[in-house]
Amino acid sequence: MDRFVFLLGTGLARGTLFALFALALVLIWRSTRIVNFAAGAMAIVGVYVGVAVTGLTGSYWLGLLATVLAGGLVGLVVERGLLRFASARSPLSGVILAIGLVIVLQSLLGIAFGQQHTPVRAPFDDRPVQVGGVPLLSPYDVFVVVVALGLMAALRLLFVRTTLGLQLRAAAFEPEVSRLLGVRVARMRTVGWVLAAAAASLAAMLAVPKELGLNPHAADMLFVYAFTVAVVGGLDSPGGALLGGLTVGVVMSLVTGYLGATLTPVAVLALLVVVLLVRPSGLFAAAEARRA
Amino acid sequence: MSARRTLLLGLGGLILAIGLTFLLDPYRNYQLALVAAYLCATAGLTVLVGLSGQLSLGHAALMAAGGYGFALTSQALTSAGVGGLPRFLAATVAAAVVAGVLGLLLGLAGARLHGPYLAGLTLTLVVAVPAVAASVGALQGDRGVQMQFEGVPGPLRALIALEQWQAWVALAVAAVAVTGLALVRDGRTGLRMRAVRDDEVAAALAGIAPARVKVLAFVVSSVTAGLGGAVLTFVTQSVSPGAYTVSLSLLLLVAVVVGGLGSLLGAALGAVLLVLLPWLVGTVTDMLPLPSQVTQRIDGTLPLLVFGLLLIVLVACAPGGLAGALTAARARRRARRRLTAPAPTTAPPSPTAPAPRESARTPTEG
Repeated sequence: MDRFVFLLGTGLARGTLFALFALALVLIWRSTRIVNFAAGAMAIVGVYVGVAVTGLTGSYWLGLLATVLAGGLVGLVVERGLLRFASARSPLSGVILAIGLVIVLQSLLGIAFGQQHTPVRAPFDDRPVQVGGVPLLSPYDVFVVVVALGLMAALRLLFVRTTLGLQLRAAAFEPEVSRLLGVRVARMRTVGWVLAAAAASLAAMLAVPKELGLNPHAADMLFVYAFTVAVVGGLDSPGGALLGGLTVGVVMSLVTGYLGATLTPVAVLALLVVVLLVRPSGLFAAAEARRA
Repeated sequence: MSARRTLLLGLGGLILAIGLTFLLDPYRNYQLALVAAYLCATAGLTVLVGLSGQLSLGHAALMAAGGYGFALTSQALTSAGVGGLPRFLAATVAAAVVAGVLGLLLGLAGARLHGPYLAGLTLTLVVAVPAVAASVGALQGDRGVQMQFEGVPGPLRALIALEQWQAWVALAVAAVAVTGLALVRDGRTGLRMRAVRDDEVAAALAGIAPARVKVLAFVVSSVTAGLGGAVLTFVTQSVSPGAYTVSLSLLLLVAVVVGGLGSLLGAALGAVLLVLLPWLVGTVTDMLPLPSQVTQRIDGTLPLLVFGLLLIVLVACAPGGLAGALTAARARRRARRRLTAPAPTTAPPSPTAPAPRESARTPTEG
């Protein structure tokens, strides 16, 4: 039972990170109907910048800020510079361009910094705290959960309560009508990409101390799991991303704890297949039902 | 193209390629065998993406399925006392069946999904390959399955080297796979695939079952990818998860897009590029006076960078890929020649309209 509680706790902590990264995928999918297969590679560029800034200044917080800013900048450059080439006629060209971007970014990072894993230290103690003899979350886990949930709440406020959020949603759902009403749809699309890329960078930066270390492929698995989360939750649903993230995080944690870490990717694959076969639009997608 | 012409073309191409092996040194023959192995996979992928409009990032996993099917069947038959050609054929068929069944399952899931969902599902499948290899005892984890050494068969031993023999076998399998795909593409099934790709609703109204066509496309593509895995296992004499990574999957897609989606010639060009580009980049960097630290860093990554840039530039500038560019250039040249030629006395074809077959075969963007 102690073990179960511990696994549940770490699962929820990892799940919030998956949820944050998945939210980035959902934001981009909603605004441009593209699954951003380059999200992992783009995020890891931001993490490299953040780690470099932390190394130079000695401050983790400046590094975290730099990660978010650099991630947003990458999003801006990609949306403005690369996606113009995605053909509207073919839904696959966006995916193919993103894959080209993944290969380019990862090989550039490999050439610049090498393929070795550089350990990144957590800013807090990452040993679990004992509560009544039961190991629970570590202070770093708590920090991760608070930051991730806080950012998701802030994004929700932005989308639901502000004029910018209203314009973002309008541009995503009815681009033509919004344009007639004076919304700058292209700019909203760029804003969406910047927000999503910054959030993904932050998620990757928070995840790196818990993994092997920083290397050009460090966010690959995060992307794969976040994609699963986004599908489980429904690519259209930000709330689904949160619930899906927690579900996948807990499932992964339980599988790792009871069956072994090697089986985790198989478990994620099985979860993805089952969800796709039973409810292809995701467990928590409501928009699909209305559209029908 | 009629079926007989396709068959003759396939046979002729095979004979020509086998003749080519006599001109190459053993290392080049080894590279040629690798090209043939990748060609099986890229040809299958180009038919899947270009004709049926389904994107797979998981063809490395299908190749792995074929490779393991080949290696395990071959081992079982060896211990049962079967050898030579029957063992090779049975193992190859087993590879095709294993990959085909996996492809059927993927296709069944994929027929209900739109592009990005299927791409993500297949990506997750590739990511899970090492985990599956580690958790199923017979696949022996990271170490993989080693094949027993198999030399050149008796009568040929005095004539050709091992690499040349391997190239022959690889080319023969690739010729079968590509000819089969060409027959599918030109036949009724290929027409249905294109109809479903372009407009699913219209295809369904015309009496085509879109889901069935999509699943069939996935199975056909998986079988040839499995053959590619079998050939790769035969040539390298082993199969392990390290050879079938996400990178390979992405590179197969790069090869297909660079060659031109839907074009078998493009798939062949792409397969050649997959083998030759890393070698070419390696040769160039070896000639440059670079410090060893830099060489170590760019060793595996610089070819990838070139592949990635090539992919982006081609998608942006020439969506038809290399094959599309070739076809367009040929059409332009022909049109120019007709314009400058003196007016023929018999009824001339309209100089501005390209020949119907030419336009029908121009690969379109998936």
